[in-house]
Amino acid sequence: MKKLINSPENVVTEALHGFAAAHPDLVKVQFDPTFIYRADAPVKNKVAVISGGGSGHEPMHGGFVGKGMLDAACPGAVFTSPTPDQMLAATKAVDGGKGTLHIVKNYTGDVMNFELAAEMARSEGLQVESVVIDDDVAVKDSTWTAGRRGVGATILAEKICGAAAEAGRSLAEVRDLCKKVNAQGRSMGMALTSCTVPHVGKPTFSLPEDEMEVGVGIHGEPGRKRMKLRPADEIVEMLMEPILSDLPFRSGDEVLLFVNGLGGTPLLELYVVYRKAAELAQKAGLKISRNFVGSYITSLEMAGTSITLLKLDARLIELWDAPVHTAALRWGV
Amino acid sequence: MQALTATSLDAETVLRWLRNCADTYVRHKDELTDLDAAIGDADHGANMARGFTAVQGKLDGLKDKDIGTIFKTVAMTLISTVGGASGPLYGTFFLQAAGGANGKMTLTQEELVTVFDAGLKGLMSRGKAVVGEKTMVDALVPALEALRPVGDDSVAAALDRSVAAAHQGADSTVPFVAKKGRASYLGERSAGHPDPGAASSVLLLEALQLAVHSPG
Repeated sequence: MKKLINSPENVVTEALHGFAAAHPDLVKVQFDPTFIYRADAPVKNKVAVISGGGSGHEPMHGGFVGKGMLDAACPGAVFTSPTPDQMLAATKAVDGGKGTLHIVKNYTGDVMNFELAAEMARSEGLQVESVVIDDDVAVKDSTWTAGRRGVGATILAEKICGAAAEAGRSLAEVRDLCKKVNAQGRSMGMALTSCTVPHVGKPTFSLPEDEMEVGVGIHGEPGRKRMKLRPADEIVEMLMEPILSDLPFRSGDEVLLFVNGLGGTPLLELYVVYRKAAELAQKAGLKISRNFVGSYITSLEMAGTSITLLKLDARLIELWDAPVHTAALRWGV
Repeated sequence: MQALTATSLDAETVLRWLRNCADTYVRHKDELTDLDAAIGDADHGANMARGFTAVQGKLDGLKDKDIGTIFKTVAMTLISTVGGASGPLYGTFFLQAAGGANGKMTLTQEELVTVFDAGLKGLMSRGKAVVGEKTMVDALVPALEALRPVGDDSVAAALDRSVAAAHQGADSTVPFVAKKGRASYLGERSAGHPDPGAASSVLLLEALQLAVHSPG
């Protein structure tokens, strides 16, 4: 293992200290239980929006804490869900009197830990709603699995819900918007390489030089299918086809096209992917009203990409365009 | 200290069990991680070692406490330190088990079965899993069945049966296609590997077996 670390045990803590030191105007970091929260929290009379998950996906979620997006993020160990005491402490710290929305990615550990946290928070008289994001079309048969995973649509939901909360919407409205983004978003990813979890010290799986994994999640786990490497355009076709054939896109729809890098893929290649994805979306009659290209949901140093399409309407566009000021996203300010 | 022929489990043995858990999960950390890397995300070994090491740190403060209090402390410690799915699952197991052990300094064999049953029901409802889905349930359900006392049996003898049944249950997961947890995303590709959660459940019971067999 060749990593820019001091010790596997301290990676997350040291990174959080660095994050706090780099962005004191935006966030504060609390340890034991650990969470990142808005420097100006709690914001009175605003619904609070919280997310969380394992570390190793940076900038998600900590990089999205700030005005117009998340009020707090709870980082777990690398690729491991945070624990309920973190979400409970974060919920108490940012509650502005209008309740808190927990945005949860559909992974067994995340769902169970957030479920416990919401039960604990409610038993202490706090108002909490939870929405589980499951936009990954790579998981076909949700009857026989833990269901579709939460991937790209998660940060689109965080941005849109954060803007709605900032605009003074109620907890029920922000929750319903989150469900809407989840219902209208679809994603699919692929990997060219595995990644190495620091405390494991070796790649999670091995992939020969001429092969790729299609339908991967974001935890270095193998995907649905391993196959010979193809040119970028063919790979993009393979990712776009299941997204487009799944609900709810129709010709004439306005969409947001999000091309994400998994950590080890240069932006140069992501634009090669975007070029083909945009061409295929347009061929399907979709109007790309907004786009988003970069490495925002990563899987450590894994090389690969994921594509997300979100169906838009005027209201979602307005919320997407609303000002945001976080470490990883900044516009309109 | 209890004898091998004892027909009940005392609080002192429970504390020794939990101390053994920390040792065994640290010792088997890489093994569990390797099992998890094959069909999951390679964090199970580190998570269990972290959780039970934290439990070990609390044991000195639990001397002379009743078994219910011990279980509750274990539950809250696991829930707040393990993360992943195993934290809430094992945490819920101990939390639900605590109910039947409140105020008790010893558990009879029948009480041990009741407490295990309550814990397992809690774990299954949290994880929404049943036997055959390639999870810790595949080891724990047969382990509970085998724990039920037979004749004038001792706790030690019942645990020997229970651990053997857990092993068999864990081995039975090899050909299964996972239907729960991260391994389920692999579909058919999860077959041919043992379930890491079932493996860690076997270690949990073996640690209790060791505590009963080697007192003090």
